[in-house]
Amino acid sequence: MGVEGIGARVVRKEDKRFITGKGRYVDDIKLTGMTHAYFVRSPHAHAKVKGIDSSAALKMPGVVAVLTGKQLVDDKVGNLICGWAITSKDGSPMKMGAWPAMAPETVRFVGQAVAVVIAESKNLARDAAEAVVVDYEELPAVADMQAAIKAGAPQLHPEAPGNQVYDWVIGDESATDAAFAKAANVVKLDVTNNRLAPNAMEPRAAIADYDAAEEHFTLYTTSQNPHVARLVLSAFYNIAPEHKLRVIAPDVGGGFGSKIFIYPEEMVALWASKKVGRPVKWTGDRTEAFLTDAHGRDHITHAEMAFDANNKITGLKVKTYANFGAYMSLFSSSVPTYLYATLLSGQYNIPAIHAEVIGVYTNTTPVDAYRGAGRPEASYLIERLMETAARQLNVDPAQLRRTNFITQFPHQTPVIMAYDTGDFNASLDAAMKAIDYAGFPARKAKAKADGKLRGIGVSCYIEACGIAPSKAVGSLGAGVGLWESAEVRVNPVGTIEILTGSHSHGQGHETTFCQLVADRLGVPISQVSIVHGDTDKVQFGMGTYGSRSAAVGLTAILKAMEKMESKAKKIAAHALEASEADIVIENGEFKVTGTDKAIAFPMVALAAYTAHNLPEGMEPGLKESAFYDPTNFTFPAGAYICELEVDPGTGKTSFVNFVAADDFGRLINPMIVEGQVHGGLVQGIGQALLEHAIYDANGQPVTASFMDYAMPRADDVPSFNLSHTTTLCPGNPLGIKGCGEAGAIGASAAVINAITDAIGKNNLEMPATPDRVWRTIHAA
Amino acid sequence: MSTVKLTVNGKAVAVDVEDRTLLVQLLRDHLNLTGTHVGCDTSQCGACVVHMDGRAVKSCTMLAGQADGASITTIEGIAKGDELHPMQAAFRDNHGLQCGYCTPGMIMSAIDIVQRHGGQLDEATVRHELEGNICRCTGYHNIVKAVLDAAGRMKVAQAAE
Repeated sequence: MGVEGIGARVVRKEDKRFITGKGRYVDDIKLTGMTHAYFVRSPHAHAKVKGIDSSAALKMPGVVAVLTGKQLVDDKVGNLICGWAITSKDGSPMKMGAWPAMAPETVRFVGQAVAVVIAESKNLARDAAEAVVVDYEELPAVADMQAAIKAGAPQLHPEAPGNQVYDWVIGDESATDAAFAKAANVVKLDVTNNRLAPNAMEPRAAIADYDAAEEHFTLYTTSQNPHVARLVLSAFYNIAPEHKLRVIAPDVGGGFGSKIFIYPEEMVALWASKKVGRPVKWTGDRTEAFLTDAHGRDHITHAEMAFDANNKITGLKVKTYANFGAYMSLFSSSVPTYLYATLLSGQYNIPAIHAEVIGVYTNTTPVDAYRGAGRPEASYLIERLMETAARQLNVDPAQLRRTNFITQFPHQTPVIMAYDTGDFNASLDAAMKAIDYAGFPARKAKAKADGKLRGIGVSCYIEACGIAPSKAVGSLGAGVGLWESAEVRVNPVGTIEILTGSHSHGQGHETTFCQLVADRLGVPISQVSIVHGDTDKVQFGMGTYGSRSAAVGLTAILKAMEKMESKAKKIAAHALEASEADIVIENGEFKVTGTDKAIAFPMVALAAYTAHNLPEGMEPGLKESAFYDPTNFTFPAGAYICELEVDPGTGKTSFVNFVAADDFGRLINPMIVEGQVHGGLVQGIGQALLEHAIYDANGQPVTASFMDYAMPRADDVPSFNLSHTTTLCPGNPLGIKGCGEAGAIGASAAVINAITDAIGKNNLEMPATPDRVWRTIHAA
Repeated sequence: MSTVKLTVNGKAVAVDVEDRTLLVQLLRDHLNLTGTHVGCDTSQCGACVVHMDGRAVKSCTMLAGQADGASITTIEGIAKGDELHPMQAAFRDNHGLQCGYCTPGMIMSAIDIVQRHGGQLDEATVRHELEGNICRCTGYHNIVKAVLDAAGRMKVAQAAE
């Protein structure tokens, strides 16, 4: 593998700028003549906007303009779109309410913008925003999903009667009913998957700069996918055609899904920069992040699992209500459908599955993809069901899983996905060994003697990543293809620039992508640079989410590398007067195999550009590009086991051990992979123990700062014991499955399974706060 | 408006600011020291931590005027030329950062933690002491490793001086 090749624990190239304070995030950028935006936001969850009086604000110091939703609509800025069309079981399309970037008539969640103040500084803009008088007529609001679907509930959108977005089904209902009719045992479970706030540490920000002479916009934005942003801003929001809009996502401080979407603020900043003729900067504060960044999860589910007399699963029925908030965010419709219900088979052989998903509007912040996106909800449901079943059937939870594991691949599930490969017993073996599963009863007994309730919880997750084969997602309603592009530019001195449509916002692409090049050419990674995040530099790309950057983005780089190497071999063969077939690449040299004849890579590059002696008919230069469209999803899977203690006097949970055994296929940089798992695990543990985005009955958010929303902190979580088992992904040449979301997908069920094991009661919802656990312990 | 005089990373500066200006705004907006970040506005996340007269403070929670006459050190001021501070090196070597946004505040807090505990640190103490710094990427695992590693390096460096 070489010291810097595939599989090496290479320290990150990008770190130097971050640890010395030289990172360049959007809010760090200043443009000449820049103004600052501050939004006037609704304090009400549901209200009519009867009028906006900006006269006092306009007289305040430093105010450049006050712009309203009505002006935005008058200027024909398009409504926000949802890019994945879902069809209800009755054949009708999903019912989308109109979402203007600033509300001209009706606000439907607390925090929705109605106007924006542009001023000489952020403080002056904020002062003036307080002086904008908005005349609201309050309307009845509904924040609770179950209340929203009842007859007589306040209605959000005329387009969606009963607040229902869609009623979607998947699977074979009659086959599932037949399985239940013959079942020896049926296990039933109700679960709530709590609403979360993504909370990347860098708040969203945008700087828009309009050049009137060129009729050209530049947007600096906190995006996971700048090309998708440009596409949507051009094609749907009428901001500017693509060749007149440059989108730059520089260093971005975490995303976790929340920075996939194109939000009202950047649309307004672009529109406003043209209106005022100066650059406009907006930087959100943390409360604005809680109010306006798309939330995650928020499902209520009833599920039933049928077993035969040998404890084999014969059927699964699921009914899920998914909260969309007040509007359909960019990919929201796909999350509780094709990213959730298609994973309901888990790691198990389940012959018949039927799932129904009802999407619901409420007067809350829109909900969309958050790390894992649908797959954590599926994994949590299945793994809670398996644990519940083991207790009900009185079998060991690990054994019940083994009894039902899929062991033959490829495996076609009844819910679209075809798993390509895996070894679920291997990862469960590794996790059980790491935690000394066999020794647990003795440890539990000892803890009991010390007055503590000790529990162990297993979670065997699977996810569909490497998103995604374009044709497949197109047939399911996606509005875009999900390939990736890459370009390899070799300079005349032999240094290499890799241009990628993937975007790094913490994942370490500037290191891992170089490792592929080092591996293939034997050049040091210091000779390679990665270019990303700028639509003027990289032709196109679909960005980073769904654990796709290595499986899809890096494969695109590989394909471009292969083309470049093929041309370079021809040049080397010509220079060495050898046959192209005899050229091998080793340690930065092109060699004639079996001889001592060689030419260094930089000399090949130079020959390509001097073009003095190229093979007859060959174009000068050494630059190749590729688009790679995957043929299938990838299927990372693994086993997590959590051992913990509960203090029965306080309900407080303390971790004893947390082990993770993951199968991600080939690892490019194990150090970075482990970091991804650590972070994911803590987001899953955060969901299980701490985090909950709460609204009161009137739609007022209760958790709108870090004072109220419990983010996991260092002393809330343990250090982790990680290991890997490997089955190479057959779907891409590098054998990569992806690692970005696994922790968040698998961890929460392990924690809740362990707590419910400890306290001997199965009915416990997330987040399992000490108060909630104590009440469950002491409930009659 | 007031003139705030202070020393930042060893350099004396005088800055005219609105009275309501926060220390973090003085650093970022007036001195272009953008390594110090704002992550929460409520003194919870610690992305804004700098040192004032050798102690870690949250620069989003104090007025620039309160730093009048003080000596401020930011993330930009801890390396000696090209030689990284042992805490910076430990964060890099232990992969204690991903997106990098919380990192400057983490490093400044961590230096203060090691200095206050005189190198007598264990995992539980580091985790407890990092209570005021939030990271969403790393799950803290490698940050804790980095701080413990740096504590050892700083002890060696101190002994050598």
